[in-house]
Amino acid sequence: MKALLRLPCAPAKAGAQSAAVTGPRLSPGITFAVLALTFAAPAFAQSSLPPARYSYTQLEDPQQEARAKALMETLRCLVCQGQSIADSDAEMAGDMRAFVRERISEGQSPEQIRKWLIERYGAWISYKPPVEPLTWPLWAAPVVLLLIGAWLARGRFRRRRA
Amino acid sequence: MRRTILWLPLGLFLLFVAVVIFQLRHGSDTTIRSQMIGKAMPEFALQPIVPGHAGLSLADLKSGQPHLVNVFASWCLPCRVEAPQLMALKQRGIPIEGIAVRDRTEDLTPFLAQAGDPFDRIGSDPQSRVQFDLGSSGVPESYVIDGKGVIRLQHIGDIRPEDVDDIARAWEAAK
Repeated sequence: MKALLRLPCAPAKAGAQSAAVTGPRLSPGITFAVLALTFAAPAFAQSSLPPARYSYTQLEDPQQEARAKALMETLRCLVCQGQSIADSDAEMAGDMRAFVRERISEGQSPEQIRKWLIERYGAWISYKPPVEPLTWPLWAAPVVLLLIGAWLARGRFRRRRA
Repeated sequence: MRRTILWLPLGLFLLFVAVVIFQLRHGSDTTIRSQMIGKAMPEFALQPIVPGHAGLSLADLKSGQPHLVNVFASWCLPCRVEAPQLMALKQRGIPIEGIAVRDRTEDLTPFLAQAGDPFDRIGSDPQSRVQFDLGSSGVPESYVIDGKGVIRLQHIGDIRPEDVDDIARAWEAAK
């Protein structure tokens, strides 16, 4: 497989670093780490544009925001693929949060937005697995495991009664 | 029966180990490919961002001949790396349009001066919206879009010298 030259996941916000700098005493190690992080930052390719309006700002209507938040928590960040767009600080995740919030405020349902994204990126972008032949074992597993457990427990109870 | 069942956990464990070893050796491809290949590019209209280049809209792509649309940014290092390959594609007569993601005029102008400017039109996509339309998951990415606006090919990552022929062929095929 060809390794892709792609952008790394965005580092967490710089707040944690500045908190360390204002701390009372710093060991040389921490000072070095802070300095290293400070100068390492430009190495992460990030655009110079400020984040989109709704990437870090909640919607005014709390009900709409709750719906948007719930949806964002189940959408995969395209850059940091182990994170949801609600958790990721990648710029693309920020843009996607703004996109989700705007669509919600326009009155679209979360499932409409999810469907729109799945049409473009495939089911993998959603953390909510669809019910389809490929995922049947996944959905059946809890039921099957419960049945096995019941069968095992039944044996135990019977023995105790005897 | 009991005896055989005792071996079951060990069997499951060995199966687990086998899966782990297989995944470690083969790795897993985490590239998110666009599902839009073969589908019509959705309506869009992007503003111009640098002087001398008009903005980009769907109508510009539906001109009857196929285009190569390069999704790029001045802040993206691999985009600089692929610039010579874009130039080579342009020299083969392929019209190249740009979508500049989250970019600024004052950054893009020196980028084009340094890396080269193979673009006819460049549209500005300040909030990655057209990227979402395309099913694009990062920069750089390149798309062959035919004269009717149907997406024919997605190339993820920078275009390397060995990719130039494939992309030129896809463009020919989209005619």
